[in-house]
Amino acid sequence: MDTLLQQLLNGLVLGSLYALIALGYTMVYGVLNLINFAHGDVLMVGALAALSAIGYLHGAWPGLPGWSLLILGILAAIPVCVALSLLIERIAYRPLRHAPRLAPLITAIGVSILIQTFAMLVWGRNYLTFPQLLPEAPMHIGGATLTVTKAVVIVLAALIMAGLLWLVNRTRLGRAMRATAENPRVASLMGVSPDSVIAVTFAIGAALAAVAGVMIESTYSVAHFYMGFIPGLKAFTAAVLGGIGNIAGAMVGGIVLGLIESLGAGYIGDLTGGVFGSNYQDVFAFIVLCGVLILRPSGLLGERVADRA
Amino acid sequence: MPVPRRALWTVSLLLLALAACKPSSQDAASQQPVIKIGSAAPLTGEIAHLGKDNENGVRMAIDEINAAGGIKLGDKTYRLEMVGEDDKADPREGTLAAQKLVDEGVIAVVGHLNSGTSIPASRIYAEANVVQVSPSTTRASYTLQGFKTTYRVVANDNQQGSVLADFAANSMKVKRVAIVDDRTPYGQGLADVFESVAKDKGLDVIGREFTTNKANDFNAILTKIRASKPDLVMFAGMDATSAPLARQMRELGLKVPLLSGDGSCDPGFIRIAGDAADALTCSIAGQALEKMSKGEDFSKRYQAKFGSPPQQYSPYSYDATFAIVDAIKRAGKPDRVAVVEAMHGTRFEGLTGHIEFDEHGDLKNGTISMYNVRDGKLNYLSTSN
Amino acid sequence: MPEAASARRPARAFAGAAAVAVALALLPILAGAMGDAWVRGLCFAALYVMLALGLNIVVGFAGLLDLGYIAFYAVGAYVYALLASPHLTEHFPALARAFPGGLHMPIWAVLPLGAGLAAAFGILLGAPVLKLRGDYLAIVTLGFGEIIRIFLNNLNAPLNFTNGPAGITLIEPVHIAGLDLSHSTTVLGLRVSSVLMYYYLLVALAVLAIVVCLRLQDSRLGRAWMAIREDEIAARTMGINVRNVKLLAFSLGASFGGIAGGMFAAFQGFVSPESFSLMESIIVLSMIVLGGLGHVPGVVLGAVMLAMLPEALRHTAVPVQQWLFGRVVIDAEVLRMLLYGLATVGIMLYRPRGLWPAPRHGVVAAVTPDRPAAAAGASHG
Repeated sequence: MDTLLQQLLNGLVLGSLYALIALGYTMVYGVLNLINFAHGDVLMVGALAALSAIGYLHGAWPGLPGWSLLILGILAAIPVCVALSLLIERIAYRPLRHAPRLAPLITAIGVSILIQTFAMLVWGRNYLTFPQLLPEAPMHIGGATLTVTKAVVIVLAALIMAGLLWLVNRTRLGRAMRATAENPRVASLMGVSPDSVIAVTFAIGAALAAVAGVMIESTYSVAHFYMGFIPGLKAFTAAVLGGIGNIAGAMVGGIVLGLIESLGAGYIGDLTGGVFGSNYQDVFAFIVLCGVLILRPSGLLGERVADRA
Repeated sequence: MPVPRRALWTVSLLLLALAACKPSSQDAASQQPVIKIGSAAPLTGEIAHLGKDNENGVRMAIDEINAAGGIKLGDKTYRLEMVGEDDKADPREGTLAAQKLVDEGVIAVVGHLNSGTSIPASRIYAEANVVQVSPSTTRASYTLQGFKTTYRVVANDNQQGSVLADFAANSMKVKRVAIVDDRTPYGQGLADVFESVAKDKGLDVIGREFTTNKANDFNAILTKIRASKPDLVMFAGMDATSAPLARQMRELGLKVPLLSGDGSCDPGFIRIAGDAADALTCSIAGQALEKMSKGEDFSKRYQAKFGSPPQQYSPYSYDATFAIVDAIKRAGKPDRVAVVEAMHGTRFEGLTGHIEFDEHGDLKNGTISMYNVRDGKLNYLSTSN
Repeated sequence: MPEAASARRPARAFAGAAAVAVALALLPILAGAMGDAWVRGLCFAALYVMLALGLNIVVGFAGLLDLGYIAFYAVGAYVYALLASPHLTEHFPALARAFPGGLHMPIWAVLPLGAGLAAAFGILLGAPVLKLRGDYLAIVTLGFGEIIRIFLNNLNAPLNFTNGPAGITLIEPVHIAGLDLSHSTTVLGLRVSSVLMYYYLLVALAVLAIVVCLRLQDSRLGRAWMAIREDEIAARTMGINVRNVKLLAFSLGASFGGIAGGMFAAFQGFVSPESFSLMESIIVLSMIVLGGLGHVPGVVLGAVMLAMLPEALRHTAVPVQQWLFGRVVIDAEVLRMLLYGLATVGIMLYRPRGLWPAPRHGVVAAVTPDRPAAAAGASHG
């Protein structure tokens, strides 16, 4: 029983990370109908920037406690990610807003490659170590163990998601975002500037990616230039699973995907009598995706995309 | 369409012009006849630092031989020349590099670095009768293809896996073992051998799990392993994967030793794993440099020549070069086919130990050394054979 | 109109084709003078041309973004590898008894099999995703490509089908009329190397692929694809069976990949899942985007350019940087990725129809500006 609990906790941690990243994808898709393939790589740049910042701060002020370094790292990563994201939007996506569907998609792939190359040049190809900033001793919860870092991931993700839901449903900005997502032309008639809203959407998504990036490298203690691409893909899967464009959907989709991967890897061997083992764990995400898209294309909670003829 | 056609012509002419600018390898001014030895390694890409190291080992050997007067065959004295190619650690690029070396007229080749590159390239060398001595390819099937030209100067994964299993059973005295591999040719091969030898020695393999060489979350599989209460976790893969794995084992309360192969047995593991590093016991194919009798001397000369310390396999590529030269001397002439015939009888004491080959081209009695981690450093334990 | 032009001047079109044929025949001799490695590079370029043409059917003609195309290449390669190597007879005693001499299916029997199986996979992929929008389709096809790769990497237990990560070695080379293409031979006293023979074979197949694509383009099916690409609803209204046409796009495109895969396995003598990564799919996509989506000559251009790029970089990246900076600032591998990224983004922003786009239907090219913003909602061309 404690194994099941442990796997559930593992899945919750993983899912929280996916949810944070998925939110960025889903919000951008909601307003632009675009899969921002480069989102995972924005996350990576934030993570590496945070690592550099933490290294510098620790060198300059060795007495700083670990948790403060973590917070400062996140604060350093956010502007980097936001700036990068806005830059990409301005240079690569805005000119293609009215181009045929394929163009921005292909451009996004190209941008992703460019960002990875940039990261390779700045930080090198080797795996970098992220220091242990929070206490390492694991806590015990009914037979399962949970480190402080993982607990922070779960709590932080939950807080952020709650905050985002509040922002989107209860503030003026949130209303403007929902209006633009619904129909940008009519929204502009109502005094909303779609360009500004799109910029804000990218910015929020990027900030979330920054947090996700720092939490990922904190949990796994490594960072490198390729660390963002695969989590990015899986997070997009999560966003689609929950219902693209739907913020609550991204959260639910992320958690569900994390749980599926964790439980799948843990139990697939037993379930199939050893024929399929944890070597197939990566395909779960994709099989789930295909299943959802075929059986319930609008996702678990229903999609919310712009009304485009 | 005038514009695109112009573009097409310009581009093709440009490419051909660039190709023609390939630096010529003619030794116009040299009087002395030359024997070319090829070196194929990844000089760009993720493991460029290891590939460059391989090439440096060859270069050092060749420079030493030339400084001592070159090779005397009959009444002619030959100078050695190294031809280096970049295989980018990619199978396709590896075959291109191999073809280039063959075209260049090399007598023999030291290379490649990984199995995924050595194996496809070996076909090209075999067809051209060019001896290929690898300093680092450990996959067993490399020498089992039936080619007369494939050799290696390190122990292969069969030997390494056996020694690991033996060590686990007899030295570490564990009973229940869980095995994880990273689904790469190296990881899977090593894990398979370990599993079968471990079972032969009466160990209980309680689980076999898998990951990939790009993954960093092992909590799910480690949780599953934890439920079966192993005494040991054996991981076959590289340090970038095994180090986070070690950490997560500790975080999940799985306080058992981690046994791994040469992919994890380096300072990179210790750096990334941090406090969890002392769970590691690992093997290195061959001897560590410090343990070789002339190892420190080699290290000093290498540092003086290249400005950085030897990485991993340069002592082996160094020895591989000497093995080739030994064969050339016995062949009596710089002829590929003669060298292929002579290579089999190679026998000498190299930097890394006794160099002699079995009927497949594997190193006879290849040694494996065991290490663990103490005080943030690799700590030598024992050597097999 | 291209057809009208060639009908008026058949002699000129024929002369043009003959000139190209002669150039292609002589090219490897020229390249071979600089070393067989260049000829080998041209062989890979020919394989990429076939792949690019296949993907072009799916993405360029039918407008369906497929990011997992390399899976079909993998299927074709493994089919040949399994049927023409000792692997299956080594691991399945029943087969060893049935085929005491080993499995040595000739390439001419295996290629259609590989193509057929790839086509079947194409339909398998296409059938469930017919209704998906462009972006979803991209992700699902990406997932499909990855699923195939992961299965190939792991189908070695409990029954060893694919030999897992180690791949399959000792694959038979091509035999034509008793001639073994992996050993050089002498013709009229001249030594003809193995790579040279493979070059002619691969280029012949690539030319065949080009001809097939050109024919398809002007056929009813080709027109149907373009109709779907431009406006699916209107196409349906005109009576086009959208479902079947899409499935045909997937399966025909996949079959090209299957054939190229089989040839790849025979040429290299070794296959492993490493060669069929997501990056490869993206590279093939970059080739057709760079060259000219939907335009066969453009696609060939893009494929050749990007296939030869690593070689060109290898010769220029280091010397140029040494000359400019005195040391190597960016290594050739990173530079290659940088160029791919820049090329993809640059083309999409400034020349979205590619370096060699198709002539616009019924519109003189010089008059209409070629900027995406100005062509709001207009066709791909």
